[in-house]
Amino acid sequence: MAPRRTPLYDAHVRHGGKLVEFAGWELPVQYKGVIDEHRAVREAAGLFDVSHMGEVFFEGEGALEACNELVTNDLRSIGDGQALYAGLLNERGGFVDDVICYRFSPTKILVCTNASNAEKDFEWMKSHAKAGPVVRDAGADFAQLALQGPKAIGILQKLTSADLQAIAFFRFAEIEVDGKPVIAARTGYTGEDGFEIFCRPGDATDLWEAILAAGKDEGLMPAGLGARDSLRTESKLALYGNDIDDEHTPLEASLGWIVKLDKPGFIGKEALVRQKADGVKRKLIGFELTERGIPRHGYPILSNGQPVGVVTSGTMSPTLQKPIGIGYVPPELASEGSTFEVEIRGKPVAARVVKTPFYKRPA
Amino acid sequence: MSDLTFPADLRYTQDHEWARKDGNAVVVGITAFAQSQLGDVVYVELPEPGKTVTAGESFGVVESTKAVSELIAPVTGTVVERNDPLVDSPEKVNDDPYDAGWMIKVEPADPSAFDKLMDAAAYGEFVAKQG
Repeated sequence: MAPRRTPLYDAHVRHGGKLVEFAGWELPVQYKGVIDEHRAVREAAGLFDVSHMGEVFFEGEGALEACNELVTNDLRSIGDGQALYAGLLNERGGFVDDVICYRFSPTKILVCTNASNAEKDFEWMKSHAKAGPVVRDAGADFAQLALQGPKAIGILQKLTSADLQAIAFFRFAEIEVDGKPVIAARTGYTGEDGFEIFCRPGDATDLWEAILAAGKDEGLMPAGLGARDSLRTESKLALYGNDIDDEHTPLEASLGWIVKLDKPGFIGKEALVRQKADGVKRKLIGFELTERGIPRHGYPILSNGQPVGVVTSGTMSPTLQKPIGIGYVPPELASEGSTFEVEIRGKPVAARVVKTPFYKRPA
Repeated sequence: MSDLTFPADLRYTQDHEWARKDGNAVVVGITAFAQSQLGDVVYVELPEPGKTVTAGESFGVVESTKAVSELIAPVTGTVVERNDPLVDSPEKVNDDPYDAGWMIKVEPADPSAFDKLMDAAAYGEFVAKQG
């Protein structure tokens, strides 16, 4: 099957994007270069096309309750206009996906899902949601742009009369940008301040060009999947399919903070309660190599020469200039300072568990 | 691809390595096309002097932000020198693939092996076909 194209496909070609297939979509892996784009996001701003992400609406009486029974976090703990990161779990407590829920009102919740899981998630939510509210696949209703970086807010402010500073972190508002109606959410997956902008597919190209023009003199660059991956790795943000999947639970993935065991039941809760009582057998940690090499997804983690875990993500950190990685290890190797080896092309390379996120933006 | 250069004094392989004659030895690196395909190079692993390399077989590794690629020797011979500064500045492979980005110098077992490699025109055609 030919990969799908986002409404911004022509814009990517025009801006020199190097297109690759990702999660069934044809998307730019880079424009000018991964490291330049990564630095632009850390120091100024970067603009990403994230239109491949999935969107599902819960609408009608009981929408909040229905959605809340499917996710680990508690939608009752936030107000309208707020977003919440959560796990969508199977009965074993494994991830169906990790999602962001946007609460418009108790009768309207938008769930943003990963592209690779969009269809699976929609089917899962539709078949497992209790009767009442409508569960609707809204993927075709939206294109999505992510403007990320310390200068993101200033750049976007040039295009709107709405007061963007009034939209706090993990809050969102329905506003106009460049004269087009959008949902502007102060969320993102790079570890930087910024906005995710849900817009009509037909408005995506104009918005893309308007934002790039507004940020031209401030160092804004279009950024691709390559930079997105190194940015989220530095911030130790989990990637579905790499760091988390249906075999791993939030407690193993060090995402206990998105699990609210004291809320009314949700799918996977019993499994997590048991796992919490028994203790986890593996834990997702961040490490750096103390010898030369680059850790990558799938490389074995060794202790005393024996395989004990696996690398789930890794890169040469453009910000820290060090090889960093994320991986599962037994709990006894999970504390900061613990050492082990990563097997790189048959050779053990020394590694040490470090505090994460590897990179944290200045307060 | 019009901005990619293939100097006329070099010879090339289908694995996108280049070879330059230097007295009796052959200097080896990867081509401008190879580095452009890889993207930002962040790591190189090269053999120590004294090691033997075999034409068509891996002699090291180059890693970009996203991919791991084997380096394939253009000729069989013994490594007589290695570009050590490249280990700390792998980005030179992108910036200057034919000079500062050189990788190893090999004393070939058969000096005529160099002449059997593709010349710049043939390699240019080969790359054009790769699209």
